[in-house]
Amino acid sequence: MIELQTTDRLTSWGRVLRPTHRVARPHWRDELAPALRAAAAGPGRALPVGLSRSYGDSGLNPDGALVVMTGLDRIRAFDAEAGVLRADAGLSLDALIRFALPRGWFPPVLPGTRFVTLGGAIANDVHGKNHHRAGTFGRHVRRLGLLRSDGTMQELAPGDGAGLFEATVGGLGLTGVIAWAEIQLSPVAGAWLDSEDVVFHCLDDFFALADESEASHAYTVAWVDCLAAGRALGRGVFSRANPSADPDRKLHEPPRLAAPLDAPAGLLNRFTLRNFNRAYFTLKALRQGRRRAHYGGFFFPLDAIGAWNRIYGRPGFFQYQCVLPPEAARAGAAELLSQITRSGQGSFLAVLKTFGAPPSPGLLSFPMKGATLALDFPNRGQETLDLLARLDDVVREAGGRLYPAKDGRISAAMFAAGYPRLAEFARHVDPHFASGFWRRVAP
Amino acid sequence: MSAEKVIILGAASAMAEALARIYAAEGASLVLVGRRPERLEEMAADLCVRGATVEIAPADLDQADGAAERLSAWSGGAPIAAVHLFYGVLTDQPRAEADLGYAQATLTTNFTSAALWSLAAANLLEAQRRGVLVVVGSVAGDRGRQSNYVYGAAKAGLGALVQGIAHRLALRGGAAHAVLVRPGFVDTPMTDHLPKGGPLWASPEAVARRIRKAADGKAPVVYAPAFWQLIMLVIRLLPAPIFHRRPL
Repeated sequence: MIELQTTDRLTSWGRVLRPTHRVARPHWRDELAPALRAAAAGPGRALPVGLSRSYGDSGLNPDGALVVMTGLDRIRAFDAEAGVLRADAGLSLDALIRFALPRGWFPPVLPGTRFVTLGGAIANDVHGKNHHRAGTFGRHVRRLGLLRSDGTMQELAPGDGAGLFEATVGGLGLTGVIAWAEIQLSPVAGAWLDSEDVVFHCLDDFFALADESEASHAYTVAWVDCLAAGRALGRGVFSRANPSADPDRKLHEPPRLAAPLDAPAGLLNRFTLRNFNRAYFTLKALRQGRRRAHYGGFFFPLDAIGAWNRIYGRPGFFQYQCVLPPEAARAGAAELLSQITRSGQGSFLAVLKTFGAPPSPGLLSFPMKGATLALDFPNRGQETLDLLARLDDVVREAGGRLYPAKDGRISAAMFAAGYPRLAEFARHVDPHFASGFWRRVAP
Repeated sequence: MSAEKVIILGAASAMAEALARIYAAEGASLVLVGRRPERLEEMAADLCVRGATVEIAPADLDQADGAAERLSAWSGGAPIAAVHLFYGVLTDQPRAEADLGYAQATLTTNFTSAALWSLAAANLLEAQRRGVLVVVGSVAGDRGRQSNYVYGAAKAGLGALVQGIAHRLALRGGAAHAVLVRPGFVDTPMTDHLPKGGPLWASPEAVARRIRKAADGKAPVVYAPAFWQLIMLVIRLLPAPIFHRRPL
């Protein structure tokens, strides 16, 4: 018999909401089905979660139940010749790298943190700096095991007909519990990248650099100064890299520092953010050029500081990530940035990147060809929500959409406008599953 | 010659599994002892992929009859590099006060049987004149506190026994030695009912790294993480008139 614990300590990364959940923590394969049964039986339905790095409410189920999957993290099989790995869904990408890199393999796609589980990477169909080459994480999933609330375990593969695989990839945990997955890893020489930072002074330069770099570099990303106005609007630093031939396979270190406490609210204000951005740009401009970079610092700069989300203080923060189709990307990004500059709210983590052509496999996958802009905003209540609503209008007008993993506030209409296959997806949702996000946007 | 064995008693505990993964990365030859064969199999598959050679030995460790013969059988005649003892049950203190049968059962698991397995392992290690016995105690054994002294008493008794074994092996065990590990709060399924988080809580992985080092080290008593040594020193030194005013 599985007992659920009631807790209000489980929040998402943005920490705006602090709801109460009933929580099951299975640690063995034989505990998973009973855990789901217990979770799904109560009021508020069930939602599987991993390391809770989603920012808003897609990984929360207020007043419902959560099945925390991190205790199921065993590797089931590994083909060292082919680089095919089958593991429990609770295995973190951190652990996956530590296992695979010494053997000459590497995750095919890495998001901005290695503290996500395999199940979470699939359920959010995450993307990385190599999207223009590799597409999303879901493209590298060969099969997966899905446990539904009726107790059935189904083995799914891409294109196997019923559409449940395509609903589950990017399906936000709503189609059942991903129990295990088999993924194709990428061969890698070592732990190092040949990287280059290039300063750009306007959005036109960014798009020119992106165009040129997609052909020459496996990894691209840019940081934008989202508070620079006027002629400096859209300035930033473009980073691009290729895997190095250096065979050294040095693994990443665990975080050395951790934010011990919530920062006082208001630490990140108009003044500090504008000056941070200005100083960061100047510093980067001084250091531009080529260098050898370790994958840890290149892919996961923020993982070096544990619990960095605490610098936003007790009220938490919102993330906002949208993608705009290619024809609207230049004008749309300019409009978004000028809205943000005008509001004076903004972040030091503004990231701009182009997505390439590889199609995303999931019915609700976020990435599509175009440009994606990600920002975070300290939670200042209505003032912040009003700004985000204005950004929504720009995104919708441009034919773009928002990333559910980052969202805790959009309307059902805004979501439906960006995801034309929403109705098709909804048919695959497990009737005993729910999330805060889904309650808000379900058609 | 077959490879040296690392025998893990109570292999399905979260700390034991984390330790087994460290040994697996070294290519060790592991014997996993625990109650539920299907869970040992589940662990074993993962450890094999990670580089270990693994055998499983389902057993109810509360029953220590023939402990020496069973340890020898599990080693399969190969030398024993290490015996790690992890198993134990957290005791429900109010229940142990009201229900002496329950108290007896947890004392049997946490002290009596664990002591017998430790003695049997010590005899084998002394005879082969090398190898290490590593026993997981608890900071709860450092001073009796009203909230968990039945559990603490078992761990204190086990601690004294392992210290005695360490002393004995130092005098006549050749290179064989024994280590008592005293973990503080560890985030494992055993503690899932407690509110967790904060600087006092350690991950099973962090504790396992310390245990692995301790197995190769010289110190007979190791706290995990190390800062617990200081905390427990203060707790032990608190005068009773002060200590007894706090519901620790």
